[in-house]
Amino acid sequence: MIVVVLAHPYPDRSFANLVLARALDGLENVAVRSLYDLYPDLAIDGAAERQALEAASVVVWQHPIYWYSTPALMKLWFEKVLTAGWAWGPGGDALRGKRCLWVATTGGDDIDYSPAGIHGQSFDTFVPAVRQTAEFCGMIWLEPIIIHAARQLDVAELEVLGAHYRARVAELAAEESSPDG
Amino acid sequence: MDEHAFLVYAAIYLCAAVVLVPLASRLGLGSVIGYLIAGCAIGPFGLGLIREVDAIFRFAEFGVVLMLFVIGLELDPTRLWALRSSVFAGGSLQMAASGIVLTAAALAAGLPPAAAWVVGFALALSSTAVAVQTMTERGVLNSPMGRAAFGILLFQDIAAIPLIGIVPLLSTTPGEPQGPLWLGVVKVAGAVIIVAGLGRYAVRPALRAIARTQLRDVFTAFALLVVIVTALLMEFAGVSMALGAFLAGVLLASSEYRHALETDIEPFRGLLMGLFFVAVGMSIDFALLAANAGLVTGIVLGFMALKIVTLLLLGRPIGVPGDQRPVFAAALAQGSEFAFVVFGVAGAAHVLPGEWNKVLTLVVALSLVVTPVLVAVADWLQCRMSGSEREPDQVEAEEGGVIIVGFGRYGQIVGRLLFASGIRATVLDHDPDNIEVLRRLGFRVFYGDGTRLDLLTSAGAEHASVLIDAIDDMDASLKLVDLVQESFPRVTIVARARDVTHWRELRQRGVLAIERETFESALRTGRRALETLGVRSYEARERADIFRRHNLTTLESVLEGWDDEAQRISRARTARIEFERQFQQDQEEFERQIGSGWNRARSN
Repeated sequence: MIVVVLAHPYPDRSFANLVLARALDGLENVAVRSLYDLYPDLAIDGAAERQALEAASVVVWQHPIYWYSTPALMKLWFEKVLTAGWAWGPGGDALRGKRCLWVATTGGDDIDYSPAGIHGQSFDTFVPAVRQTAEFCGMIWLEPIIIHAARQLDVAELEVLGAHYRARVAELAAEESSPDG
Repeated sequence: MDEHAFLVYAAIYLCAAVVLVPLASRLGLGSVIGYLIAGCAIGPFGLGLIREVDAIFRFAEFGVVLMLFVIGLELDPTRLWALRSSVFAGGSLQMAASGIVLTAAALAAGLPPAAAWVVGFALALSSTAVAVQTMTERGVLNSPMGRAAFGILLFQDIAAIPLIGIVPLLSTTPGEPQGPLWLGVVKVAGAVIIVAGLGRYAVRPALRAIARTQLRDVFTAFALLVVIVTALLMEFAGVSMALGAFLAGVLLASSEYRHALETDIEPFRGLLMGLFFVAVGMSIDFALLAANAGLVTGIVLGFMALKIVTLLLLGRPIGVPGDQRPVFAAALAQGSEFAFVVFGVAGAAHVLPGEWNKVLTLVVALSLVVTPVLVAVADWLQCRMSGSEREPDQVEAEEGGVIIVGFGRYGQIVGRLLFASGIRATVLDHDPDNIEVLRRLGFRVFYGDGTRLDLLTSAGAEHASVLIDAIDDMDASLKLVDLVQESFPRVTIVARARDVTHWRELRQRGVLAIERETFESALRTGRRALETLGVRSYEARERADIFRRHNLTTLESVLEGWDDEAQRISRARTARIEFERQFQQDQEEFERQIGSGWNRARSN
């Protein structure tokens, strides 16, 4: 089972997000959990989330980049779901060995994310916090899918990226025959 | 007739209607044909079960009066003003053109000039009763063609009055002396002013007061009283009763009780209109028809053909879309019930030679019978021409709208949130005090029992996407849910539950969006208490969230087995124990989710 944890507060207003979300339509063994739809009042059900993750061999975190990080509800999800004794610390090995795929969209392009650009840093600067979150829980960090300048892409370009995303997830789902322990 | 005769007649009429109307409807002929056939069957020239055709006609005429009242209710003064060009331009054009063509035809047929003139213009009139009923049944009354036709019919109702007045003046023999014209005008103007004044300053406050008593029957009685008094007043002033009732309807159209009035009058209107058509059927003299078969058929076909051609040609200048013109012409081609009166007066004044009076009455009656068939044919033709289904009926509530039933303390908050989001819900409530205040705030609020199918229908439930059941009474609330699920399965119900029992009843009916009315505010109160005790407000919110989730899970889990009475009773007995246990569980759950995380985090 692949669990996609999706965090977009206004999915209808993001064309890129729409294409990416549809890219997974109909894939077998893929469960999408749209956090802003499940928890509009931000009252994350930690138990339900943990239960869903336990069944997964691959966890996908998909969201737009807000302020060099995840949207607030995704961050809250880390806090409420990845608890001590379950995800980390003594006895906390529920996620150990599961693989983690990060799929993020940004507003800026390569130039914006460079020392000369408006963000003053390469995007790589902002990856470690998320990566370490996964790795602290013992998950295996996969090569992330980062889509820059998502708003400037046209439909055809987005479809190509969507197909790429779908292929990655389908490939991971196919490897499921030997799930990690 | 003694009271038994009345009941016997009523039984005969109702029996014929109950048998023949559904049959005619089933055959796609419309209910009008059914009533007409029923009339032929039971009338003096059929089985002869009923002979007092004239008395029944006079009684049934009230059906036409009620029909125009109901139509008036749908047209507030602004909408009526929008109709002015189709009434005055369309109406006068149609009367002039059809009148002149038919007069010429009558002259050519050898009638003397005065008689030809009377016949021509009398036959130019169309039957409001038949045309409107037929168009309503086909759902075209609100199409451009329906509005144009209705404008013409309205003009004819006005034009018929001077026509009936002038006929005796054409007589070669002296008739009754007529009052001066100015007196007539003054009387009509006076009556209109009285009706308008009473409507605004007497009828509306009275409706409000009566609605407040919650006596449904009195409300209905008062509605009928308003129509009858207006009709009588207008007739006294020399205007037709139907026109008077129409005016009364228009004056009450912007009232908050519009839907309730419509709902209450509707059954009377339906039955009396039926009686009217039955009376038309009864008046068909088959002996006279047999004796003059060729002549009568010739006149029916001839005059209707001339009217149809004239109407088809007029369609363009008065703005009827091309593909709707056949139905437009067919709907207005028949003679009018006013023509019976005109021919009667003309016969009495010796303007028409004796036999002509009877023959022409028969002609008009037959033209009424033919109309529904003619319209059905034209409708078929229209579908062929446009190659598609006709446009859907226009309903007042917009497509995908919201209806709120029950607009007290609860519904109002819902409505105001929607209103603030730019959604104008249609609101039904039975408390007149609420209605007054809310209308002033700009809500579209209608008075009436929201659990009545007809009221929901006229509020547009068929086209709504959401219905909010905010009724405080549990039985009424569940009745509404049953009704909506039965009649408007497309509509999503969002419900207010009084308590857990109500919640379960709603859930068992398949309603998914339910909020217990005290639950959320009680949770908030609990949060306030926790905050006061020193719990941080964010944590207090989280505790409330956990409590809510656990509570709902528990509710859902005991849903099964609710039908089992023994189980339910035992549940009630153990309710207290269960409640305590539940509290304990809540606390454990909370410790598990929040408390423990902190301890482990420190020990790590």
